[in-house]
Amino acid sequence: MTTRRRSGRTTRGRVLHWIAVHTTAVAAALFFLLPFVFVFLTSVMSDEQAMSGELWPRGWHWSNYEAVLDAPGFLDWWRNSLIYAGLGTLFAVCSSLPVAYALAKFRFRGRRPAVLLVVATMMLPPQVVVVPMYLVWAQQLHLSGSLWPLIVPLAFGDAYSIFLLRQFLLTIPREYLESAKVDGCGELRTLTRIVVPMAKPGIAAVALFQFFFCWNDYFGPQIYAAQNPGAWTLSYGLESFKSAHGVNWNLTMAATALVMAPVVLVFFFAQKAFVEGVTLTGVKG
Amino acid sequence: MAPRSPAPGLRRKHLRRRLRTLGFLSPWLVGFTVFFGYPLVATVYFSFMHYNQIRAPSFVGLRNWKYVLGQMPLFGPALWNTLWLVVVMVTLRVVFGLGVGLLVTRLTSGVGLFRTAFYLPCLAPPVAATVAFVFLLNPGTGPVDEALSALGVTAPRWFNDPDWAKPSLVLLSLWGVGDLMVVFMAALLDVPREQYEAAELDGAGALAKFRYVTWPSITPVVMFAVVTGVVQTMQYYTQALVAGKLASGVNTGPGSTVQPGYPDHSTLTVPQLIYSLGFQNFNTGAACVLSLVLFVIAMAVTSLLMRRRAGLLTAED
Repeated sequence: MTTRRRSGRTTRGRVLHWIAVHTTAVAAALFFLLPFVFVFLTSVMSDEQAMSGELWPRGWHWSNYEAVLDAPGFLDWWRNSLIYAGLGTLFAVCSSLPVAYALAKFRFRGRRPAVLLVVATMMLPPQVVVVPMYLVWAQQLHLSGSLWPLIVPLAFGDAYSIFLLRQFLLTIPREYLESAKVDGCGELRTLTRIVVPMAKPGIAAVALFQFFFCWNDYFGPQIYAAQNPGAWTLSYGLESFKSAHGVNWNLTMAATALVMAPVVLVFFFAQKAFVEGVTLTGVKG
Repeated sequence: MAPRSPAPGLRRKHLRRRLRTLGFLSPWLVGFTVFFGYPLVATVYFSFMHYNQIRAPSFVGLRNWKYVLGQMPLFGPALWNTLWLVVVMVTLRVVFGLGVGLLVTRLTSGVGLFRTAFYLPCLAPPVAATVAFVFLLNPGTGPVDEALSALGVTAPRWFNDPDWAKPSLVLLSLWGVGDLMVVFMAALLDVPREQYEAAELDGAGALAKFRYVTWPSITPVVMFAVVTGVVQTMQYYTQALVAGKLASGVNTGPGSTVQPGYPDHSTLTVPQLIYSLGFQNFNTGAACVLSLVLFVIAMAVTSLLMRRRAGLLTAED
C-alpha cells in the first residue's frame, strides 16, 4: 500500500532515498519507544540506583513489581478501573447504538440540528457543567465517593460514541436495510439482526475507545471518587502513589508500567479496530 | 416533508414513525437534558450566587463576574496559558503529525512495525505518560539529562522552570501524536496517484508535488485536525495538573492545598482553575463564571467545526 512507483530515478538514487527514509523512521521510532524502555529499565532497578541517573539496571529487581501489587489499594484501583471501564463501555455502546442508528438512517425533521447538538456536546470541555452535576450527586443523591456518578451517565448515550457509530453506520448501504424491511423486519429487528453484525468493526472500535477513555479518565474520578480511596481508579491512584511512597522512582515506574501494560496489550490484539476507529473520526467528508 | 392534509390512516402511520424515532433517540434525549441541559442552566444560576456548598446560596448579582473577569489574580495567567497551549501545541502537533504521516507513507519495509511504534504512545494513559515524562526529564538525574550531558549540552530544568514547563508539556503531547498520524496517513493514501504522475511529467520536484498535489487534497483533514486539536487543548487538564504536582515534589494527597500550576502558575490552565475554585476553594459562583467563559470560547470554536468545510458533517446532513 505504500510502494510508490518512482519513474525517472536511478538505482543509486532509489537506494539513497530508501536509506534516508528508513534512517528517519528509525530515529522517530526511538523518540516514540525510548520512554517506554526507560520506564521499564528504571522499574527493575534497586532503590539506590533509581536515584543515581544510571540508565542500565545493575541487577533485575523484579520484586519492585511485587511491592507495587502489595501496596495498599493498588489492586482495588485495578478492580475499580475495570468496573468503571467495563460497565461504562457496555452502557455507552448499548445506549448510543440506537441513537446513532436513528441519526444515520431515519429521515425526520430536526435531524440536522440533532446531529449538530451531538457534535457540540462532544466538543465541550467536561469542566463546563461539572460543578452543578457534582452538587446533585453529592448533596441530593449522596453518591459521591463511588463510581456511580461516572458510570450512570454513560447509560444515556455518549456524544462521542454516538458520533463515531453514526459515521460508521452511514457507510452501510440503505438497500440492505430496505430489503430487511421488505422481509418484514421492524426497525429494532433490523438494528439487531442486520446492522449490528455488519457494523461489528465499527462497534468494536467505539467500544475500545470508550474503554480507554474510562480507563484513562482522571478528571471524573478526581471529582467524584477523591474523598474515598476505596473508589479510586488506577489513573487517579497512580498520581497519589508517589506521594505515599516518597520519591522511589523505581516503584513509581513499576506502577506506571503496570498501568500502561493492559493498554499496550489490548492494542496489540486489536490494532486494526484502533486504526479504523481513528480514521473514522473524521476523514471522509 | 409530510403532505398538508394526510388521510387518517397515513396520519397514524406518521405518528407511529415519529414515536419510533423518539424511542430510538430517547437515551440521548434524556441524557442530554439531565447531564447537559440541566447543569448548564444551573451553572448560569450559580454564577449569580454566592455559594460555598455549605450555606444556602444567596444572590449577589454580577459580583462573581466582576471578580473573575476583573480582579481574580489567576484568571489572566490561566487564560494566557490555555491560549498559549492552544496555539503552540496544536500547530506543532499538526506539523509533526503530518511529518510522521508522510514518513510512514514513504516507507517500503517494516511499515506495520513502524506504524505500531509511532501509534503506541498516544494510547498510554495520560497520567502514566506524564509521570514517565516528569521522571525522564527530571533535572540532574533523569535519563534525558544524562544523555544530553554526555553530548556536552546543559539541559534546561524542564518541568521545574517556568519558561520550560509549557514546552515540556508540548514535548509530551508530541510523543502522543499517533492519532493524528493515522488520520493524516489515511488522507495521504487517498490522494489520487495519477495526479503525482502528471505532476512528475511536468517536471515537478518533491516540494512542488507537495505544494500543488498533496496539500490541496489534504487541507480538509488538516482543517479537521486543527479544530479538534483546539477543542481538545481547551480542556487540557490531566497532564498539566499531574506534571505540576509531581515536579513540585510536595506531598500531594487529596485535600492538599498546593496552588495549581507549578512552577509560578506556568502550567495553570482554565479547567484547572475551575477545579481549584469549585472543589478546593468552594467558591461555586466564581467556578461557574469561569465555566461559562470556557463554554463561550468552546462554542465559538465548535461553530467553526459545524461549517461543512471542516469535513465533520457529511453532505447528507
